[in-house]
Amino acid sequence: MKLVVAIIRPERLTAVLEALYRAEVRGMTVSKVQGHGGETDHVETYRGTTVKMELQGKVRLEIGVSESFVQPTIDAIVSGARTGEVGDGKIFVLPVQRIVRIRTGEEDGAAVTPVSE
Amino acid sequence: MNPVDTLFVLVATALVLLMTPALALFYGGLVRAKSILNTMMMSLVAAGLVGLVWAAVGYSLAFAPGSEFVGGLGHALLAGVDLELRSGKTIPHLLFFAYQGTFAILTAALISGAIVERMRFPAYLAFLASWSLVVYAPVAHWVWGGGWMERLGILDFAGGTVVHITAGTAAYVAATMVGPRHDHGRQAYLPHNVPMMLTGAALLWFGWIGFNGGSALAVNGTAVQATVNTILAPIAAVVTWMALEFRRLGRATAVGAGTAIVVGLVGITPACGFVSPLGAFAIGALAAIPCQLAIQWRARTALDDSLDVVGAHGTGGIVGALLTGVFTTAAWGGPPGLLEGAVRPLLLQLLGVAATIAWTAVATWAILLVLRALTSLRIDPRDEAAGIDVHQHGEEGYSDGEGAILVLAPLTSRGSPRGTTPRSTRRRA
Repeated sequence: MKLVVAIIRPERLTAVLEALYRAEVRGMTVSKVQGHGGETDHVETYRGTTVKMELQGKVRLEIGVSESFVQPTIDAIVSGARTGEVGDGKIFVLPVQRIVRIRTGEEDGAAVTPVSE
Repeated sequence: MNPVDTLFVLVATALVLLMTPALALFYGGLVRAKSILNTMMMSLVAAGLVGLVWAAVGYSLAFAPGSEFVGGLGHALLAGVDLELRSGKTIPHLLFFAYQGTFAILTAALISGAIVERMRFPAYLAFLASWSLVVYAPVAHWVWGGGWMERLGILDFAGGTVVHITAGTAAYVAATMVGPRHDHGRQAYLPHNVPMMLTGAALLWFGWIGFNGGSALAVNGTAVQATVNTILAPIAAVVTWMALEFRRLGRATAVGAGTAIVVGLVGITPACGFVSPLGAFAIGALAAIPCQLAIQWRARTALDDSLDVVGAHGTGGIVGALLTGVFTTAAWGGPPGLLEGAVRPLLLQLLGVAATIAWTAVATWAILLVLRALTSLRIDPRDEAAGIDVHQHGEEGYSDGEGAILVLAPLTSRGSPRGTTPRSTRRRA
């Protein structure tokens, strides 16, 4: 079991979600975050104040997957999120000790297997 | 000068001027959060740029004595526009100029809804200024300035043809020439602030009282009739719109209701001084049907008329102009219309609609063709994805200020502060 955490450009989210859907990766958490990935800062001006925006809006995905899904998940995120410019983001794969599905009490692999109704 | 009429038109001028920022709210609420500033600016700058062009030559081309097709240059740079009465009216010429100027501003701003989130701002400015001179001023002359449509007796009380058909037609041409947003058809574009859009719709309705009622240019029965009709038609349009939505979706939507208000207002605009109150109800209700169909249809095509200027203003303008020929009645200040057995008014309206669409389409196309040859009309797809606000204006509508580092640029510097290269100013091959 792994937790895949990805930081991507907000405007690539739709493409990433499409790619994940095609890879049959279903459950995930998405949050809006701010971060910096070494891209060129942009400058904004408000009346007399000029500012350099260090932090860019990013989107963070968290996806708990079983081992066999790790590589397809990574491939899907990369295919959807890559533009080739600095600032496309990162993917972190973290080990997971235990997963529990709250509704049923199922654990680990069974907890991250999509429900087929 | 008649003080009562003058006061009335002074207030009406303020009301119509309010419609441009109201339109900015309406359009701004409908786009994505990353494009709100550019969208609102596209409306607001019309108040600057078109107003300036209007004072320089636009007003003269529309309202100075000239040919059947365009006015002369007698009033260029406001020559002869003073506190004396405007000929044939009871209000000062200067006030008449300003009142008509607010119409010119609003009309140009309306087009922007078709090309939001992607057009280069400088190219838009050039388009706006050219369009108001080449399209708006002559058509205003045809209808109100002593041109051929006025002579033939084509009816347009407050600008259904001059304002809405021109804006709707130009919107179609502009959306085609500028092209769709790069992810059009794949990405769903949701309004980011529906309450703002509804506030805009409410303020548009409020301002439209000055637009239609004020077009009587005097305090008289026609002003009362036009004002009340301007209240009645949107009422009927909202109810009809909701009924159609209940049938189609099983529920009524807020964005739909906001749209219906505008559609009802557009529909009654050419007719409000010629039809009965019941006629206004009928026009509002009848305008809602084709407009809703047009908006449904547009969403299934490749045409990225992003905020449905064609569906609301183009369709509503055409339907309103034609229905004016149907419902106009001698009892309420117009010539007898189709309902009273006279076919001629409807045929004349048809002619007016066709001529306006033809001229607007050709002239708008030509302007954009020239601009496209001179400069790029759109921003880069990457900048479009990141957001046009940051790229074109260097501002964000909803920044939380986190991670913003103060740069103390020298007061005399031009362009970007030293040591940084904003994406916005970097040249691309």
